[in-house]
Amino acid sequence: MTEQFTQQVTFYTEDHEWVTVHGDMATVGITKYAAEQLGDVVFVETPEVGKTVKKGDDLAVVESVKAASDVYAPMSGEVVDTNGELADAPEKVNEHPESEGWFCVIKFSDGAETEGLMDKDAYFEFCKGEA
Amino acid sequence: MTMNSTGRPTTPSGGETMSDIQTVSGSRGLMQHEDLIFETGCTNKTGVDLPAPKGLKNRLGGVARKRSTELPGLSEPETMRHYVRLSQKNYAIDLGLFPLGSCTMKHNPRLNEKVARMPGFADIHPLQPQYTVQGALELIDQLAGWLKKLTGMPAVAMSPKAGAHGEFCGMMAIRRAIIARGEIETRTRVLVPASAHGTNPATAVQCGFKVDEIKADKRGRVDMEDFKAKLETSDDIAGIMLTNPNTCGLFETDIREIAELIHQAGGYFYCDGANFNAIMGRVRPGDLGIDAMHINLHKTFSTPHGGGGPGAGPTVLSDALADYAPVPFVIHDEDGYKLVEEAEGEGEEAFGRLCAFHGQMGMFTRALTYMLSHGADGLKQAAEDAVLNANYIQARMKTVMTPAFDGYCMHEALFSDAFTADNVGTLDISKALIDEGYHPMTMYFPLVVHGAMLIEPTETESRAELDRFCDSLEAIAERAKAGDESLKGAPYLAPMRRLDETQAARKPVLRWYKPEPEKIAAE
Repeated sequence: MTEQFTQQVTFYTEDHEWVTVHGDMATVGITKYAAEQLGDVVFVETPEVGKTVKKGDDLAVVESVKAASDVYAPMSGEVVDTNGELADAPEKVNEHPESEGWFCVIKFSDGAETEGLMDKDAYFEFCKGEA
Repeated sequence: MTMNSTGRPTTPSGGETMSDIQTVSGSRGLMQHEDLIFETGCTNKTGVDLPAPKGLKNRLGGVARKRSTELPGLSEPETMRHYVRLSQKNYAIDLGLFPLGSCTMKHNPRLNEKVARMPGFADIHPLQPQYTVQGALELIDQLAGWLKKLTGMPAVAMSPKAGAHGEFCGMMAIRRAIIARGEIETRTRVLVPASAHGTNPATAVQCGFKVDEIKADKRGRVDMEDFKAKLETSDDIAGIMLTNPNTCGLFETDIREIAELIHQAGGYFYCDGANFNAIMGRVRPGDLGIDAMHINLHKTFSTPHGGGGPGAGPTVLSDALADYAPVPFVIHDEDGYKLVEEAEGEGEEAFGRLCAFHGQMGMFTRALTYMLSHGADGLKQAAEDAVLNANYIQARMKTVMTPAFDGYCMHEALFSDAFTADNVGTLDISKALIDEGYHPMTMYFPLVVHGAMLIEPTETESRAELDRFCDSLEAIAERAKAGDESLKGAPYLAPMRRLDETQAARKPVLRWYKPEPEKIAAE
């Protein structure tokens, strides 16, 4: 399955997460739309490195002045890295949600799990339906 | 005549507008400026005049404090003024309409307070011999009787001390029932609708269950398709936690079917009774198939809250769960009333004990006073008036604001921020209400509605007061619709202007530090 993502590809979920896959690694964060809806993010709880998750499991918690929300694992696998900077600088999620505001990296076990996810255009349409 | 015959002028002669005036003290007229108590008091004085103890031996070894605690010393009048001034910056139900949705901020009748202060109720101790407190035990028993009658349930646990504590009690009873069936290893999933109070999923997790969220449908109620889909595999279902009326202020119309299906699946039905005020005397939860429900005495039965409590959350239980009610509870026989304190005999199946004693006696006294002074018909009317008042607000405001869902509401009116211009929103409307002299409504809850504004007037308010509130809200809503930028600076007239909630959450300042001496000298 590693061969499946020789190039970096970004997918989106209905829960407003982005997941960028490259090789057998998937970087996860929340989308710009989600960050805007949440308002100022004040706290992010990232998972511990080594945690094994199944697609749909609770992966992280993001808390804003409005609400606390769960972030779900978009793919199954093992958490191999987390964004430690978010602990002291949760504002990165608002400032650069789809780059510096990344949450964690999952070494995924099944590349086929990306099949149900959306590409950028489909996600854009999906957000229009949400508003 | 030596008397001053000109008198004093009695007609105001105009002058500057209020906002131009700066005062030396920082006070705004009779709205007093008040520093922190650490800044007011000084550490080398004290408000009490006691002789230093004689012959005191230091038996603390090396751990005795070597320097001053630096606590501020104030005289009695200074202390009184400090707290009274702070209290005058506060908002209270005794001051005005308190529209916080989901909180049921109703008037706390003075009669409740009078009865709660009667020495036979106020000056007793939980460890007194039971034969000396028969009246108090009878009161608990009577209140339990009313709660059972109103809910149509066979049992009630009186000791939970708040709503969430009551949830914990109910879910522990459910857990105990599942243990008795030998299924605790497998039945681990609790269904919770998306609109639930945050305490519901928290309680489920605290009791060792996993939370599975059910979607809301377009009518603001449980999405029955999603609910049924979640029951397709039901071997792991422990139960459902549902609020009725729900946090959108709507009656869950499919509630009997929900009860039937959850029971068929082998689960139990926990109902969050936070909104019982809307249906008291009209609907008996026992008839709906509910297995456990807490009742917030501090909402529905007019005992005080909002100042940090204490609350009280007695939890009614169905036949399936009654035996697992926690100790202690009151029973009576020909010898009088007594407390069952141990998990043996009468309390053999109890899941345990929730707190040291039997609950919030002061709240029991107030709640029973409210029930007896209203009577059964009065309680029913209170529920009806609460629903009428909320619908009055919804009907008046829907010309400007966007109701979240179609149709009548129950005890609270819910609006979304769809009507506002892009540059202003729910937060700005809430802050502007402070300038109008009102506590803001509940905002951004429930989460299923965008920019939610949840308004619960309760039965306390007269039509005249509702109209005054609606006039204020209407004017603000019109400004929000027009995109009035000035809303973003509100409140302008409060003791403190708008706080930076983001910074407060990201970098909280949790204690006071004494300013450096050189800084004081410079000032």
